[in-house]
Amino acid sequence: MTKLNLTRRGLIKTGAVAGAGLAAPQLLLADGHAGFTNAPTGSTVTLGFNVPQTGPYADEGADELRAYELAVEHLNGGGDGGMMNTFSSKALQGNGILGKKVEYVTGDTQTKSDAARASARSMIEKDGAVMITGGSSSGVAVAVQALCQEAGVIFMAGLTHSNDTTGKDKKANGFRHFFNSYMSGAALAPILAANYGTDRKAYHLTADYNWGYTTEEAVRTSTEAMGWETVAAVKTPLTQTDFSSYIAPVLQSGADTLVLNHYGGNMVNSLTSAVQFGLRDKQVNGKDFQIIVPLYSRLMAKGAGANVKGIFGSTNWHWSLQDEGSKAFVKSFGTKYGFPPSQAAHTCYVQALLYADAVERAGSFNPCAVGAALEGFEFDGMGNGPTLYRAEDHQCFKDVLVVKGKENPESEFDLLEIVEVTPAAQVTYDPAIFGGDLGTCNPGA
Amino acid sequence: MLGLNKKDTNLLIIVAIMTMLAPFLLNPFPEGSALAQFNAGYPDLMQRFVIFGIFAMGFNLLFGLTGYLSFGHAAFLGVGSYAAIWMMKLLTMNVIPAIIMSIVIAGLFAVVVGFISLRRSGIYFSILTLAFAQMSYALAYSVLTPITGGETGLQPKPNDPRLLDPALADGVTPRAGLFGLEMSSSTELSIGGWVFTFNAGYYVAAVVMLIAFYLSIRIFRSPFGMMLRAIKSNQQRVNYTGLNSKPYTLAVFVISGMYAGLAGGLLVAMDTQVGPERMFWTASGEVVIMTILGGAGTLIGPVLGAGLLKYMENILSKINKGVIEGWFAWAPDGLDSVLIYTVNMFVGKQWHITTGVIFMLVIIFLPGGLVELGKRGARVFRRRDRKGLGLEPDAAKQRNAAE
Repeated sequence: MTKLNLTRRGLIKTGAVAGAGLAAPQLLLADGHAGFTNAPTGSTVTLGFNVPQTGPYADEGADELRAYELAVEHLNGGGDGGMMNTFSSKALQGNGILGKKVEYVTGDTQTKSDAARASARSMIEKDGAVMITGGSSSGVAVAVQALCQEAGVIFMAGLTHSNDTTGKDKKANGFRHFFNSYMSGAALAPILAANYGTDRKAYHLTADYNWGYTTEEAVRTSTEAMGWETVAAVKTPLTQTDFSSYIAPVLQSGADTLVLNHYGGNMVNSLTSAVQFGLRDKQVNGKDFQIIVPLYSRLMAKGAGANVKGIFGSTNWHWSLQDEGSKAFVKSFGTKYGFPPSQAAHTCYVQALLYADAVERAGSFNPCAVGAALEGFEFDGMGNGPTLYRAEDHQCFKDVLVVKGKENPESEFDLLEIVEVTPAAQVTYDPAIFGGDLGTCNPGA
Repeated sequence: MLGLNKKDTNLLIIVAIMTMLAPFLLNPFPEGSALAQFNAGYPDLMQRFVIFGIFAMGFNLLFGLTGYLSFGHAAFLGVGSYAAIWMMKLLTMNVIPAIIMSIVIAGLFAVVVGFISLRRSGIYFSILTLAFAQMSYALAYSVLTPITGGETGLQPKPNDPRLLDPALADGVTPRAGLFGLEMSSSTELSIGGWVFTFNAGYYVAAVVMLIAFYLSIRIFRSPFGMMLRAIKSNQQRVNYTGLNSKPYTLAVFVISGMYAGLAGGLLVAMDTQVGPERMFWTASGEVVIMTILGGAGTLIGPVLGAGLLKYMENILSKINKGVIEGWFAWAPDGLDSVLIYTVNMFVGKQWHITTGVIFMLVIIFLPGGLVELGKRGARVFRRRDRKGLGLEPDAAKQRNAAE
């Protein structure tokens, strides 16, 4: 215990400190009210690239970052301009965005929603980013999208395939260019019917988390609609690396088709395991046994090596596409980095350009104006054919690629071949089916 | 004051002043300067400093006092977070019920986990707690998806019931607040080139942290705390003297779990979102590192350790190659690429390397953590020793040996 010793000097000192403390709030100046969060005031504008640099999707993240750096270079007038030359909207001049030079900050999402939000918040609060983009997981995309809605900045989703991102968790400030599970199912079903018939028995192995559930549901619904029967759907833990105990029961079940609702390392391991078990050489119900991987990526195909040969799946974009936009992008990416871009790189590059273009057309960085410019925006020349940014759920509708593992790859990047380009109309759905509420745009401050 | 001795009172006052002035102290570099990269005075990071300070403080009550090393403390953080978010979804966006519920639920969970895990000590105890935490993580990630939202986690939605709150206006997102004061609201003060941000949420968290810190001091100085130290130095002897040590270890385990729950609740109050990664084993490992980095068994150590680790995670990881190139633009060709390459190895996505190196240096040269560094520094500069003549150096030596 201490005794309170009141001295003249102590009293004066305390009084002075208390007075200063009380006066301080009067000095506080309010935020510069430009009407929205982080309104760029100088000659530059800052964008936030929030990608996984460590963790299971670090490869995708590294490719996303390369694409963003390329996009910034093109926006500022450097390089060969890439897709800016083929993009149907000609608002971008190559002088930055609205004449402001584009600068960027990067962060590591670690594929964890907490880390991703911390990183995005520091970009918004510290670096003054007016738009956040990137990510390689639906959990992260949903978390960061909600944060951007609260903070009043635009979120341009990177690689996220779950229906939830623009379904039940959609937000007015968030936009997704990448396709989703529903579209994968809808695009795959007719191809599967044409190649494998309409009376198959399917066995699903599903990664035990949200993306797995929505993908399984999408594939089930669309294959059952054309006459397939689902024998069983087994959930596998996300951290599983040895799938042999899950593969063994497949043959006993009487199924003649295996659907692997897995992504990344999961898919590499389960597919390898299934092929090693000799499933593809088996005959069941008088038919050849088949394996299907709903969501493919080049990085996954690389991991699974020769096992992907002849296996069907869907993808958002592939570098071997021969339209002008894709060729321009592959050329400038290849010139800069020496190898072709992945679908993650493509969607991120396109998102960056679409944002910049929307700002130019809106004439303002205000998220509400940008959102209005993106809603219902129809464009072409970005590699996926004519595309619509639907106003109801901020999801892009475009052609979906059905691909299969190439039998005779010519290089380590040439692993997938395009089987069919499913037209956008065939994968379009009613925005109400997934529920959720877009809300209204939030400009922040 | 408040039942503390003079030294502890001073410590509490210093900590209080530091936390209150944090927006100034953490933003030493003017806006727009090259060094502004190293400023940490923005709301998110300041909130994390104090919240993880609470988490580490609670962990230290268990580990620092009894020596029981829990490898699953993140489970309580996660459980607290889920409890808080459900209060926000069902009851009100006011943070008070959310925080209270997070402490209560985490405490109850700690009773269950502690009752089972504390049947063993040493490495077996650590493994048991780790198993519980990984179990909770797996449950939250997939099996309990209806309650936890699985991978995507939970956020308050405009259409949640929220019995105590009036209906939200159309298109308004729910925001956490304290009787109308929004946690995310900030005021900025610019003086010259400097911009200081005062965030409501940070000050709420800081006040809670000071209360938690005060409680932690009281526990350290209480007979209960003395008992825990006795358990640390020799639990068998305690048992042989006829004392039942189990209620003490269980009590401190539950208190520690409640601290973690409080931290989890505050995380939700500041940023209304929760995902299962919060319970992953790496999060449990992080709090061990924070505590040891700062100094296990000391009062202020864990808070310093938490601050250091969060600073590195959030500041170093954002320095990318472009930034480093800017720093070394002055260097001649050849030299600059060497410098850039070297520095790049320790920042950006490689920030874990830096953390690892610092952790190793601390363990090898400063087993007492940052607190020991401070003590050694203070000893060097302590006036009475330096200026001492004749007898005094000898006296100082004896005193230092005794300390």
